[in-house]
Amino acid sequence: MPRTSAARTPRDHADTAEVLEVDHVSVSLGGRQILDNVSFTVGAGEFTGLIGSNGAGKTTLLRVILGLQHPGAGRVLLSGRARRRRTASVGYVPQKVLLDPDTPMRARDLVGLGLDGQRFGMPLPSATRRAKVDEMLKAVDAERFADARIGNLSGGEQQRVLIAHALIARPRLLLLDEPLANLDLRSGQEIIALLHGIAVEHRIAILLSAHEMNALLPVMNRVVYLAGGRAAAGTTDEVVRSDVLTGLYGHHVDVLRVHGRVIVVAGPQFESDDASEPDGHDPIIHVS
Amino acid sequence: MHWVFEPGFFSSEPVHVALVIGGIAAVVSAVVGVFTVLRGQSFAGHALTDVSTAGGSGALLVGISPLLGFVGFGLLGAGAMDAIGVQRVRGRDLATGIVLGAATGLAALFLFLDTTSGATTGATQQILFGSIFTLDPSEIPIVVVFSIVAVGMIAALYRPLLLASTDTDLAAARGVPVRLVALGFMAALAVAVGLSALAIGAILSTALLIGPAATALRLTNRIGAALVAAVVIGVGVTWLGVLLSYDSYYWVSDQNAVPVSSLIVGLVFVAYLLSGLPAIRRLTGRRTVMVVTEAEEARLRGQRVSSRAAVRSDGDSPRSRRVL
Repeated sequence: MPRTSAARTPRDHADTAEVLEVDHVSVSLGGRQILDNVSFTVGAGEFTGLIGSNGAGKTTLLRVILGLQHPGAGRVLLSGRARRRRTASVGYVPQKVLLDPDTPMRARDLVGLGLDGQRFGMPLPSATRRAKVDEMLKAVDAERFADARIGNLSGGEQQRVLIAHALIARPRLLLLDEPLANLDLRSGQEIIALLHGIAVEHRIAILLSAHEMNALLPVMNRVVYLAGGRAAAGTTDEVVRSDVLTGLYGHHVDVLRVHGRVIVVAGPQFESDDASEPDGHDPIIHVS
Repeated sequence: MHWVFEPGFFSSEPVHVALVIGGIAAVVSAVVGVFTVLRGQSFAGHALTDVSTAGGSGALLVGISPLLGFVGFGLLGAGAMDAIGVQRVRGRDLATGIVLGAATGLAALFLFLDTTSGATTGATQQILFGSIFTLDPSEIPIVVVFSIVAVGMIAALYRPLLLASTDTDLAAARGVPVRLVALGFMAALAVAVGLSALAIGAILSTALLIGPAATALRLTNRIGAALVAAVVIGVGVTWLGVLLSYDSYYWVSDQNAVPVSSLIVGLVFVAYLLSGLPAIRRLTGRRTVMVVTEAEEARLRGQRVSSRAAVRSDGDSPRSRRVL
């Protein structure tokens, strides 16, 4: 297939620039500061974990990157350029799609829509299109339920289909919103292994949000840690440290490493600080 | 055959007009209906029928074709629902309910004025329950134009509409203008409801919109196939309703014919019930089951072989034991 120079330019350009650059982004919603001067970059093929407790601003940050939320300040660059409206260069995987089991949308249909869902008109049945969809379903190990209705699939199966939907347009960056939240441990590990393989094999950068980082430690190149609207970014060793997280949370935090797992623990003076009491999903554990 | 098609069925002009307009209305309602069910907007569809009632009765009051009133008010209602917040899933019921209430009040006023001030004594009957046998052939061109607009809109929006119906954020992340797509769909819905109101009455048009679509969606996993099935079912029940109503004039002596709208709505309901029968579901649903199990089999072939070997070595008949 002859490649036009227009098609080649962004690819060549991308090898020199970061795939994603979040530059001093701040967002306020309803008078509340959700993100405060957040900056980080993601390089090609990097697996980045976006870690933070519920309400830390993970979803808002992903929405800003996707262009669904306008940042009050700062900017988002994709491969060094401002985001264009209709772009297939960012794939998005929501946690779950709420489809009724009665809805006749098959896994195969949703993956096909990943290819050309933003275009007007009806898709013409073509062997090439079908082959691409089949290939992508195979890549995420979703052939078994290719013809099943989305509404009938389990959380892990839906994740695979949504990942195939996002990947079929060959994005440079894949964003996943809490993909592990609704999955049991084994399905979660399968999804992480699948994503890791994709990142390595196709050099697709992955930014995955989660409130618990331990499952991601073996595959994560970098971490963006969100707390109180502020972010710290770098390798796990650079970020998940007592001094860095203490600065982020604004109160003393200890980081313990036990059998290759990381446990983030609030310091003793935290007990009296009711205002920032974390909820049950917070990675911070009270110790008395 | 003469007892199936009573005398004069094929030569009667009112029957011709009823078959043409009813058929077109059924096609548009079925196509738009599939997406209405897919998007979970049946309630919005029903609210638009009430808005259409107000439009149709208002049109009679000023002496223009009810169809223009049905569609005109339907489009205004769709716009109002969008403005109030029908695009937000949580705002949907609220926006729909407010517009529905206002429109029904207006319809009550217009119908009252129709029957008291005008000479149109049958207005309530005509608007609410339809009068497909009294339609003027001159309505056909405008019906055709509206139907092309509505079906053309759905065809143009097909892929973005499917994506936005699956997940709004998923579509918006791909650059689909989600709100514009939703507004376009609501406009097509308003036109479909208007056409259906002309055929079987404003109040009953929900049946032609939702019934064939819901029936088709029970029968197939494919959206394309569901569209075809919904059109076949919609046109089928409409034409069958027209035929039965015509024939009933001859079958029931000393009485009027059974109203065509009641027959069509009754047939829609029967079709929906039939689609739930185990035999019919098995017939159309088998393909999916096969696909899944075949793939399962391929994946588990190793285990399958070893378990078969185990059965064989057990040997439940003397002969098999001897052979092995």
